[in-house]
Amino acid sequence: MDKRGNLLDVRQLRVIFHTYRGLIKALNGVDLWMDKQERLGIVGETGCGKSVTAQAMMRLIEEPGKITEGEVWFENRDLLKLSEDEMTKIRGREISMIFQEPKSSLNPVFKSGFQIKETLLNAKKATPANAEEEVEKILGYVGMDASRVKNMYPHELSGGMAQRVMIAMALATQPKLLIADEPTSALDVTIQAQILELLSDLTQKMGNAVMMITHDMGIVAEFCDRVVVMYAGNAVEVAPTKELFQNPIHPYTQGLLRAVPRVGRPGELKAIPGTVPDLVDPPEGCRFHPRCDYAFDQCKNVLPPLLEISAHHYVSCYLCQKDGCPSAKKAGEEPW
Amino acid sequence: MNIWKYLIKRILLMALVLFGVACIVFFIAHVIPADPVGAILGGNAPPEKIDKLRAQLGYDRPLIEQFFSFLKGAVVGDFGVSIKTNNPVMTDIGIYFPATIELALVAIIISIVLGVFLGILSAVHRNKMVDNFSRVFSILGVSMPVFWIGLILILIFYYKLDWLPGGGRINFFLDPPQRITGMYLFDSLFTGNWEVFRDALLHILLPAFVLGYNSTASIARITRSSMLEVLGQEYIRTAKAKGLKKRLVIYRHALRNALIPTITIIGLVFGGLLEGAVLTETVFSWPGLGRYITAGLLSLDYPAVMGGTIYIAFIYSLANLAVDFLYALLDPRMRT
Amino acid sequence: MTVANEKTALGFFEKNKPYIDDLKHTVFLFRKSKLTMVGFVLIVIFLLVAFLGPLFLPYDPIAQNFAVRLQPPSQEHLFGTDQFGRDIFSRVIQGSRMALWIIFLVSAISGLLGTTVGIIAGYFGGLIDDIIMRITDMFLAFPSLVLAMAFAAMMGPNFTNTIIAISLVNWTTYARLARAEAMKVKEQPYIEAIRSVGAGTGRILFLHVLPMCISPVIVQLTLRMGTIILTAAGLGFLGLGVQPPTPEWGAMVSDGRNFLVDQWWISTFPGFAIVFVVLGFNLLGDGIRDMLDPRLRR
Repeated sequence: MDKRGNLLDVRQLRVIFHTYRGLIKALNGVDLWMDKQERLGIVGETGCGKSVTAQAMMRLIEEPGKITEGEVWFENRDLLKLSEDEMTKIRGREISMIFQEPKSSLNPVFKSGFQIKETLLNAKKATPANAEEEVEKILGYVGMDASRVKNMYPHELSGGMAQRVMIAMALATQPKLLIADEPTSALDVTIQAQILELLSDLTQKMGNAVMMITHDMGIVAEFCDRVVVMYAGNAVEVAPTKELFQNPIHPYTQGLLRAVPRVGRPGELKAIPGTVPDLVDPPEGCRFHPRCDYAFDQCKNVLPPLLEISAHHYVSCYLCQKDGCPSAKKAGEEPW
Repeated sequence: MNIWKYLIKRILLMALVLFGVACIVFFIAHVIPADPVGAILGGNAPPEKIDKLRAQLGYDRPLIEQFFSFLKGAVVGDFGVSIKTNNPVMTDIGIYFPATIELALVAIIISIVLGVFLGILSAVHRNKMVDNFSRVFSILGVSMPVFWIGLILILIFYYKLDWLPGGGRINFFLDPPQRITGMYLFDSLFTGNWEVFRDALLHILLPAFVLGYNSTASIARITRSSMLEVLGQEYIRTAKAKGLKKRLVIYRHALRNALIPTITIIGLVFGGLLEGAVLTETVFSWPGLGRYITAGLLSLDYPAVMGGTIYIAFIYSLANLAVDFLYALLDPRMRT
Repeated sequence: MTVANEKTALGFFEKNKPYIDDLKHTVFLFRKSKLTMVGFVLIVIFLLVAFLGPLFLPYDPIAQNFAVRLQPPSQEHLFGTDQFGRDIFSRVIQGSRMALWIIFLVSAISGLLGTTVGIIAGYFGGLIDDIIMRITDMFLAFPSLVLAMAFAAMMGPNFTNTIIAISLVNWTTYARLARAEAMKVKEQPYIEAIRSVGAGTGRILFLHVLPMCISPVIVQLTLRMGTIILTAAGLGFLGLGVQPPTPEWGAMVSDGRNFLVDQWWISTFPGFAIVFVVLGFNLLGDGIRDMLDPRLRR
């Protein structure tokens, strides 16, 4: 099979969770891929499986969750087939992660400098002799007073500072891919912009690919080259950022864009009718069909495959195969 | 809160509690009946002899006067003279207490090592066979009466196998080591008396194991539950995501946080140990404070019982105070 | 009619969905934990034996018969006989009823005392609360067996005083629990509403505050039942508990001490009975604690 991206190619990833309510099918065959140095956005509502996808790629899914199927090709290795030891060497060195809650993502009993040093030493990117120096250098890169911050405990840092420490820690090892799981959602708006800018500058300088997981269309528009839209455990539409905003095809993507408030266009905000499906008992076929205005019989039976309908634009929707795509015009709306 | 302020507040509170303890003990001994003088002299003692002893023990004075003189004595550690041994009670305590504290120290080391080990094992293998096994093992410890398991072990290891001594602190034909702390293990170590050290160690093994095993369950339980909580924390996810080996994640990042609640329970466990010591000392003929109090109770030796009980409550409170202090030191969030 | 019924039925389930889900979750956790089930079975067996066992005793548990003293376990005497020729099996079975009585009475007395004191402290707060809480601190400053021993010895060792002594060292736990609950309930708007329509303090305490405090106290009571048996057995072993010849497991273990080497069965079997019951309570309690621990309830 051809690789769709030269850095990462995730195929048909499935994850389930055993709970007292029954089996939760959290990921229902997710497909996504990335090139080197690319910035990919993953968007969708809470619970659509964005974070689970990232954790599954890193093999950090814990009991009662389980990866049941799929391939995660990272360069030339299928990460799901590696031994735990080999996977440990991928984590932190080739793929790093930063998270939504920076303060609780740092260990409360260790100083921030130690936590960065530990990462460096573990990845063999520094020797015990020069580690301290490296830590200060890296803290300098993320715009902090290194000599002061390295001796601070996480509870003494503000949210923005903690996220800077996390970024320093994640990028210290010069990973090929940085997964940023809602890195700014828990921060103040002004801090959000600073952090985003910092991420953008540093990754551009260092040449890391970034997977930006977010529910904020604004961040996607600003930061990402390409976007994957997820719904209830599936990637439903994949396109370059500009293309997606101008020509959203999947009815869910269209709904998502309409639900974003925009300055100067009052009264256009529309919520998508219905609610996110219960993943214990998800709808058959396309999981969006109960909320879709265009749904027909086929949608209720078999999940539509993710097909390329124009250059680099992939959609998982039968409408494209039946009678052309339901373009935004057809839905009676102006494009974005 | 400032740690020193906290400490002073705790000490003042402890003084208040100890005053209450003295009241309870006085109440038990003087207001709840049973006739001590009758018990000492036997039923048919002539009245004048009874009166003489009553006067000698101070029982002829008004209750309130007795209470204040008791309290005045208690503050400076003067609990009167034991009816049975004819020594000042405090002197007796000085003789018997080191044996108890030696036993309790060895026991608490056993139970911490065993409990923390089993707790980690349980948490890391949650709901697997290992978890079930280690939980049954630790719960069995707290479910067996110490006096019974003590007798069974004496039967096996002393009478049947003859591997270990059946009671006492030291072989009858050996001289105790020169008294420094009163704890044979330490004293023999300090004086370099290896023969005595070995013998004392063999003597303490069974009673300390019985006592320690009894307290294992609560330590294992709290370690398991706090370890499980910590393992679900975001900073553990960070530690894994940065590529640390499982061993480091568990022992460096999780354990340090998980032990904080464990330490708070050690104070409680110590109380359990003192309680268990009463029974263990009886079974193993261990000449400690527990046995002193028990003997005092059975012969209605009031000064011995009152002094011994207050002393135990004092030590117990002191242990809890030390634990609180340690807790504050361990958690950087508590400092400042 | 049927339509209306269906509607109310639906309404009931809809309205209580969170509670029902919670209950389902609890049952799920309970059944998933094998150890909890084992504990449950042990307790059921103990209850059956304590209720029915004494009706089917092979021998009189108290009558002495020196013709058969110190017999090893055999067909006639399953657990052997003691130094007075009494059948140990019969005494162990009879002892289960004694254990059940002790658990029941101590739980009832200390639970009632603790809850009453606790809701008074929690509801009135202020000075009353301070005084009561300092008193519980004082009781908690003793290792509980030491305090129970002192009470039992001074009052004179017998069944009644064993119950009183163990109750006296146990009530503080329930008092603190009930106090915490009462403080929560007191803040609820409906209590204010009831007070504003003129309900008396006693009425509010017993009809509205008490019922809300009772379930955590009952849970705690079940958790402590194993400890109660151990304390009672400890007192019995030291000769400060129930007096012979009444069969009490702790005292029976003590009886066999002098015969340990050659007649091991005298001490061993009553001990097994204690372990059996306490293990049952502790396994069950461990499971219940897991279910209530929000940290583990995932």
